Amino acid sequence: MAAKAKGRWLVLAVPYLWLLVLFLVPFLIVFKISLSQDAIAQPPYEPVFDLAAGWDAITDAFSQLNFDNYAYVLSWDNEFIEAYGSSLWIAGISTLLLLAVGYPIAYGMARAPKSIRPTLLMLVILPFWTSFLIRVYAWIGILSPEGLLNQLLIALGIISPDAPLQILATDTAVYIGIVYSYLPFMILPLYSALEKMDETLLEAAADLGCPPFAAFWKITWPLSLPGVFAGCLLCFIPAVGEFVIPDLLGGSDTMMIGKVLWTEFSVNRSWTVSSAVAVLLLLVLVVPIVFYQNVQAKEMEGR
Amino acid sequence: MSTGVTEKTQTTIGGIRRKFAPWTDPAAVPLIRYENVSKRFGEFTAVDNLSLDIYEREFFALLGPSGCGKTTLMRMLAGFEDPTEGRITLAGQDIVGMPPYKRQTNMMFQSYALFPHMSVWDNIAFGLKQDRMGKGDITARVEEMLKLVKLEKFAKRKPHQLSGGQRQRVALARSLAKRPKVLLLDEPLGALDKKLREETQFELMDIQMQLGMTFLIVTHDQEEAMTVADRIAVMDHGKLIQVAPPAVIYEQPNSRYVADFVGDVNIIEAKVETVAPGNVSLYTGIGGGAKLSIAQNVEAKPGDTAFVAIRPEKVRIDVDPPAWQEANCLRGEVWDIGYLGDLSIYHVELEGGVRIKAAKPNLTRMVERPITWEDKVWVSWLPDSGVVLTR
Amino acid sequence: MRKGLSWFNTTSIVLGFAFLYLPILLLVIYSFNASRLVTVWAGFSTEWYWKLLQNDQLLEAAWVTLRVAFISASVATVLGTLAAIALTRYGRFNGRMLFSGMVYAPLVMPEVITGLSLLLLFVAVNFDRGFWTITLAHITFTMCFVSVVVQSRLVTFDRSLEEAALDLGCPPLKTFFVVTLPIILPAVVSGWMLAFTLSLDDLVIASFTTGPGATTLPMRIYSQVRLGVTPEINAICTIMIGIVTVVVVLASIITKRQEVARERAERLAAAG
Repeated sequence: MAAKAKGRWLVLAVPYLWLLVLFLVPFLIVFKISLSQDAIAQPPYEPVFDLAAGWDAITDAFSQLNFDNYAYVLSWDNEFIEAYGSSLWIAGISTLLLLAVGYPIAYGMARAPKSIRPTLLMLVILPFWTSFLIRVYAWIGILSPEGLLNQLLIALGIISPDAPLQILATDTAVYIGIVYSYLPFMILPLYSALEKMDETLLEAAADLGCPPFAAFWKITWPLSLPGVFAGCLLCFIPAVGEFVIPDLLGGSDTMMIGKVLWTEFSVNRSWTVSSAVAVLLLLVLVVPIVFYQNVQAKEMEGR
Repeated sequence: MSTGVTEKTQTTIGGIRRKFAPWTDPAAVPLIRYENVSKRFGEFTAVDNLSLDIYEREFFALLGPSGCGKTTLMRMLAGFEDPTEGRITLAGQDIVGMPPYKRQTNMMFQSYALFPHMSVWDNIAFGLKQDRMGKGDITARVEEMLKLVKLEKFAKRKPHQLSGGQRQRVALARSLAKRPKVLLLDEPLGALDKKLREETQFELMDIQMQLGMTFLIVTHDQEEAMTVADRIAVMDHGKLIQVAPPAVIYEQPNSRYVADFVGDVNIIEAKVETVAPGNVSLYTGIGGGAKLSIAQNVEAKPGDTAFVAIRPEKVRIDVDPPAWQEANCLRGEVWDIGYLGDLSIYHVELEGGVRIKAAKPNLTRMVERPITWEDKVWVSWLPDSGVVLTR
Repeated sequence: MRKGLSWFNTTSIVLGFAFLYLPILLLVIYSFNASRLVTVWAGFSTEWYWKLLQNDQLLEAAWVTLRVAFISASVATVLGTLAAIALTRYGRFNGRMLFSGMVYAPLVMPEVITGLSLLLLFVAVNFDRGFWTITLAHITFTMCFVSVVVQSRLVTFDRSLEEAALDLGCPPLKTFFVVTLPIILPAVVSGWMLAFTLSLDDLVIASFTTGPGATTLPMRIYSQVRLGVTPEINAICTIMIGIVTVVVVLASIITKRQEVARERAERLAAAG
C-alpha cells in the first residue's frame, strides 16, 4: 500500500509541480513586475521584492508598492481603457456572429445521415490542424484593395474599378478573421450537444401538436445550451486577447488589447506597463474563465 | 494452490449436493470468515457489523436488492475495498490490507472486463503470466480452460468477435485459470437472455463440482440464487437477514423481508391466540373473521401481533366452503385472474379489502375456467403450508 | 428529419464548408502562380517551390520548429496524460481546485498573457532564452490540451478492466502499461498530434520566449507576411497544409477502416 500511495502521489505531483512553476509562478512574477518601476537596464525593471534582504525589506517593499503602472494604464489619456472596451466589444460581436454562422452548420451536421457525420466532423476539424497564421494570411490576399474579392466584384460589375472596397485594415476584416479562425471551436461543442439529442424528442413534440419551428425553440435550443455556452466561451475568451488577427487584418485604428500589450512590450520596451496591462486583462477575463472551467470540469468529471 | 482441484469427481451432482452441509458441522473450519466487518463510504454504511462464514467447496450466494451491500462485501474479499472495521480471513490468513494482485481470489466481473486488445487465449493466459508460470504449463492450462468452457475454436479471436454468451465463458475461464481459492462472481449472468442464463446456471454448477472449488456469487435474481447455491445469504441495508440453504429460505423465511424478497407471498396480519409446542393459533379480522392455525414453533405469547405468510401455490381456491378443515379458511370474491399458461393466478379480494393470490395449475385444456371474475370463493390452506413471522 | 437533410441543412453545410475551405483553396492555387503579383494569374508554375528550397533561412526555421514541436509534444503527452489520470481518478484531493484550474485555464488563456508571463519567469531565473525556452513554454500550454483529450477517453474507460488485471495478479504500474495504456492509446496519440500541430502553429508564445538564434517558422512567416503577400509564402503554406491534410486524412481513414472491420466482426459474432 505504501508503494501504491507513492505511485499515486508521483502521478499527481509531476504535472502539478510543472504547472505551478511554469504557469502559476509566472503570473505572480507578472503581478510583481506590474508593481515595479521601469529601469534602463537588463532586465528593464527594478525588482520590488528582494527575498534575500529578509522580512524587514519585504514589509518595507510593501510600503513602497508602486501603482504608477496601473494609474498609467487606467488613465483616460492613454487609450488603454478604450482598447479594453473595444477588445470586449469586438470579441463579443464576433462571438455572436460565430454563433449565428456556426449553429446552422452544427445543426445540419447533427441531422446529416450517420454515415457521413464522421466525414463532416473531420472536415470541420481539418482547418483547425492547419496553421492559424496561414488561415489569417489567406484573407489578406482576398480582402486587400487589389484582392480577389474586389476583382470578383469588379468583374461582376457590382463596383467600379476606381473605387474598390476597403475591407482590409478595418474592423470588418478583424470580424471576418475571428469568425473564420474560431469557427471550428464554435461548431464542435455545438455539434456534440446537438448530436447527443434524442431525435424522438422532436417526434414527440410533433406528435403533441408542436410545429417544427416552435419545437426548435422549445426543445432543440434549450437542450443545446450547454454547447452554446461552451462554444461561446471557447471563442470569446481567446478572442479578447487576440493579437495576430488585429495585427494582420486590422487597421491602425483597430484597438485590441493583445496588440497594445505586444506594442507596449516589443516597441516601447516597457515590461512593467505591459505586465500591468496583462494583469488587468486577466482581471477582465477572470469571470468568463472561471465559468468556462466549471463547464469544462462538469463535462470531464461527470463520474 | 492446495484446493486439490485436480481430483475429478465421478459422483453425480445430486449425490454430492445431498450430503454437502459443512455449516451444520461444528468442527468444520470455514475457508472465508468475515468477523464484525463494517464498511462506510463517508456517511453511507454499505456493510454494517457483519459476520459470516463460508466453507470450502461451497457455492454461496449473496442475494439482495441493489445497494444492500452485497457487492461491497464481495469486493472486500477481492481486495478492491478495505473494511472500515473488522477482520476478513481467507484460509486462516488475515487479508485486510493485502492488495488485490496478491490475493488468491479471482473475480468474474459483471461487465466481463475482457481486455479488448488481447485475444481469447491471451486473456485466459493473463493471470498465469503474472505468476511467471512456465510457457508449457501456461499452454496446457489455457487449453484445459478453453476445453472446459468449450471455446477451443475461438482462442485466436478478440473479445469483440464473440457473442455475449461466448464472452461470458471467456471471462469465466480467465478467472478460473489461476485456480483461485475462491471464485467471485459479480452478477455473472445478468447480461444473458433468459434461456441462455438458465443453461449457464447449470454449467456453472457443473464446473464448480468438477473443479471442487469455492464459488461466491452476488446476484439480485432470487431464482438464480436458488438454482445454483448451496446456501444463500439474504442481505438488506448492509446486514444479513437470513443465511440458509435455498429450500429453507423459501419455505421457512425468518422475516417478512425474506419471505417477500424471495418468491411471491401473501402476508396476513393476525393476533396470536394460543401457543402450543408445534402449533400456534391466531385470529384475523379479515375475510369475514377467521381462525388461523399453523403447525410451527413460535416464540410469541397470546395477544401479540404476528404475520402469517403463505405462498400462492399453497393456497387452495374453492367455490364451496372447505368442510374438511375449520381453520385457515377465508371468504372473498375473485377480483382478477392472471392467465400464465401453466398457471392461473387468482387475485381474491377478501372481505375487508385485503387481496390474496392463489396459484392454480391449469391441468386441463379447458379455456373456460370453472371459477371466473366476481365469483364468491373460499381460499384455504393446510396448517403446515403457512409460516408465522414475528418480524 | 430522420431521412436525409432538408434544403436548409444542406445549404448551411455547403455554405459553411465553402467559407472554411475557399480561402485555403485560393491560397493553394495562387502558390502555383507564375506572376510575383499575387493577385494576377499569369499561368501555372512551380517556380516558388524551387525558390523555397534555396531559402536557407526558411529551411532553418522549419527545422527548429519541427524539433521544438517533436520534443514539446512528446513531453507534453506524458505530463498531460498524468494530469488526466489524476483528474479523472483521484476524486477529491487537497488542491484539486487549483490543479484543475491550471489545467483548463491555458486552453482559453490569451496567448499574449501566457507568452509574457513565461518570458518574465525565464528572465527572473536568468535562463538563457532560445530553443529550450520555447520548448518549455510549448510543453506547458500544449500539455493542457493533451490532458483534455486523454481525459475525455478516460471518463468512458471501464475501470473493471483494471480491476480485472489487478485481480489476476498484475501490480498497478504494470496494469497501467499492459491494460490501460494500450486501450487509451488512440486518445494519447491524437493528444500528441494535437500538441505537435499546436506547437508548429504557435507564433505569439514563441515570439515572447525566444532568444537569439532560435527563430521558428511561424515567426519567419509572420515577419514576411507583414511586408505583404508573396507567392513564396503561399508555397510554404501550401506545403504545410498538404502535410497536415495527408496525415489527418490518413489517420482518419485508418481509424474508420478499423471501425468498419470491428463492426463487421461484431455483427458476425452476434449472428454466429
